[in-house]
Amino acid sequence: MSLDLTLSREDIVRLCERVEGAQRRAYAIPKLTDEYPAMTIADGYAVQAELRRRYLASGSRLVGWKAGLTSKAKMQQMGVHVPSIGFLMDDMWRPENSAIKTSDMVHPRVECEVAFVTNKTLKGPNCTRQDVLDATDYVLPAVEIIDSRFSGFKFDLPSVVADNGSSARYVAGGRARYPADIDLRTLGVVMEKNGEIIAMGASAAVLGHPAEAIAMLVNILTEQGEELAAGSFVMSGGITEAIPVKPGDSIVARFQELGSVSMRFVE
Amino acid sequence: MDDNKIRQYGDELYEAWLGRSTVQPLLLREPEITIDDAYKIQLRMVERRVQAGEKIVGKKIGVTSKPVQDFLGVYQPDFGQLTSGMVYQEGEDIDLGKLIQPKAEAELAFVLKEDLIGPGITAMDVIRATDYVSPCFEIVDSRITDWKIKIQDTVADNASCGVYVIGKTRGDPRKLDITLAGMVLEKNGELFSTSAGAAVQGSPANAVAWLANTLGSLGIPFRAGEVILSGSQSALIPVVDGDELVCTVGGLGSCRVKFSGRSAV
Repeated sequence: MSLDLTLSREDIVRLCERVEGAQRRAYAIPKLTDEYPAMTIADGYAVQAELRRRYLASGSRLVGWKAGLTSKAKMQQMGVHVPSIGFLMDDMWRPENSAIKTSDMVHPRVECEVAFVTNKTLKGPNCTRQDVLDATDYVLPAVEIIDSRFSGFKFDLPSVVADNGSSARYVAGGRARYPADIDLRTLGVVMEKNGEIIAMGASAAVLGHPAEAIAMLVNILTEQGEELAAGSFVMSGGITEAIPVKPGDSIVARFQELGSVSMRFVE
Repeated sequence: MDDNKIRQYGDELYEAWLGRSTVQPLLLREPEITIDDAYKIQLRMVERRVQAGEKIVGKKIGVTSKPVQDFLGVYQPDFGQLTSGMVYQEGEDIDLGKLIQPKAEAELAFVLKEDLIGPGITAMDVIRATDYVSPCFEIVDSRITDWKIKIQDTVADNASCGVYVIGKTRGDPRKLDITLAGMVLEKNGELFSTSAGAAVQGSPANAVAWLANTLGSLGIPFRAGEVILSGSQSALIPVVDGDELVCTVGGLGSCRVKFSGRSAV
């Protein structure tokens, strides 16, 4: 991953305002590298950090983080060997079984993930899967609603990182479990849309083990001079492909050992 | 299709199996062939194996996943018959030299402790009548040139049965969520694909219920002790000499298999 910044402070603020406008008012913009072809992943994270600062300044609370690009197929597609990360705010959370508005999103898609809630601070470098499990209070099933702000969901890694990893909304629920009580590697997941199975997988799809994605997330945070606070809610990355949703759709994500998470979408 | 032709095609497929060679798709030669005709051809092909000394030990269910159903344009499963010559024990290498154009599939196997005589069988009866389930690999193979199969071709060719291996680990379907159990497939130590039990007709128990009802309507016995390969939970996996596959069913355990030798194609 290139850690070199190429953008000036002014460029970062400018791009951040562009992304924030698209996120808050739900419109699509061209990917940022169209204008800044030399933009690096580090530039993307600089824009994301500025975005986080602005959300916090406007009163949002940081609830946790998410890992993205955690499947081998997606990483190969993007030409990277580490996942990307994004932040999760309290106002992005939606309760289980709620009606979620789509009019304040551009082109939302849903994916099933295993989420972790921590009870110890986690810091890199060299954070491992075992470190993550040792710092986990419980795991629970979650659905992430991603919404790239880029036209046609077309982006590259610096752009998607700047857009906070396409984070939009998230729903967690089901049944909380101690990680030691279940096999986190082989959990089956079935996603149903309007009663029909549309995606399936097992948790090993996420870097071989979902805790591996959390460890990598902690190491990326550390590179940015951050740590993962105790009490964080962390989503480990999509087990299933991302499925588009529209008003009227109902989603149920069923997880082996973890129960299910449901929601419906309205205008 | 008249009995002579059914016999002729069943014998032809048996000879192809015996000689590890392939034949042209039946549907190309007999455009009017029905699925019922195809099952009669299958019965003849299997009858030849039994006459040569094998025993019927179970059934396999195929065409259970949506991608395969879409590919074949058929929205129901099919079945084939498992014979004693198809069985490998976990730990034995699978000899590709005895196969033509093999591919592996990861599945959940059922072993019955009671007869299941359809019609009228539900998924609830399947759980009631199941002794245990185990992870397994089915190595499918085709006696049809280049796998150019339509549904009639694969049904006639004993649902493309090759050989199979059942993992030593056993689970009770009352203690295991067979619908949501994850399926993690690794090839040579690397993750190959993941899925879940629901990939098979919404639940493997649904596929076994379909089988019991279909066999019942055809008058084919379905007895306690039989093995049922309930349908693939993975994509088709190409295998060559030296490959090793491991499938792990969440909450149940793994089946591990190694391949040696060279297949005919």
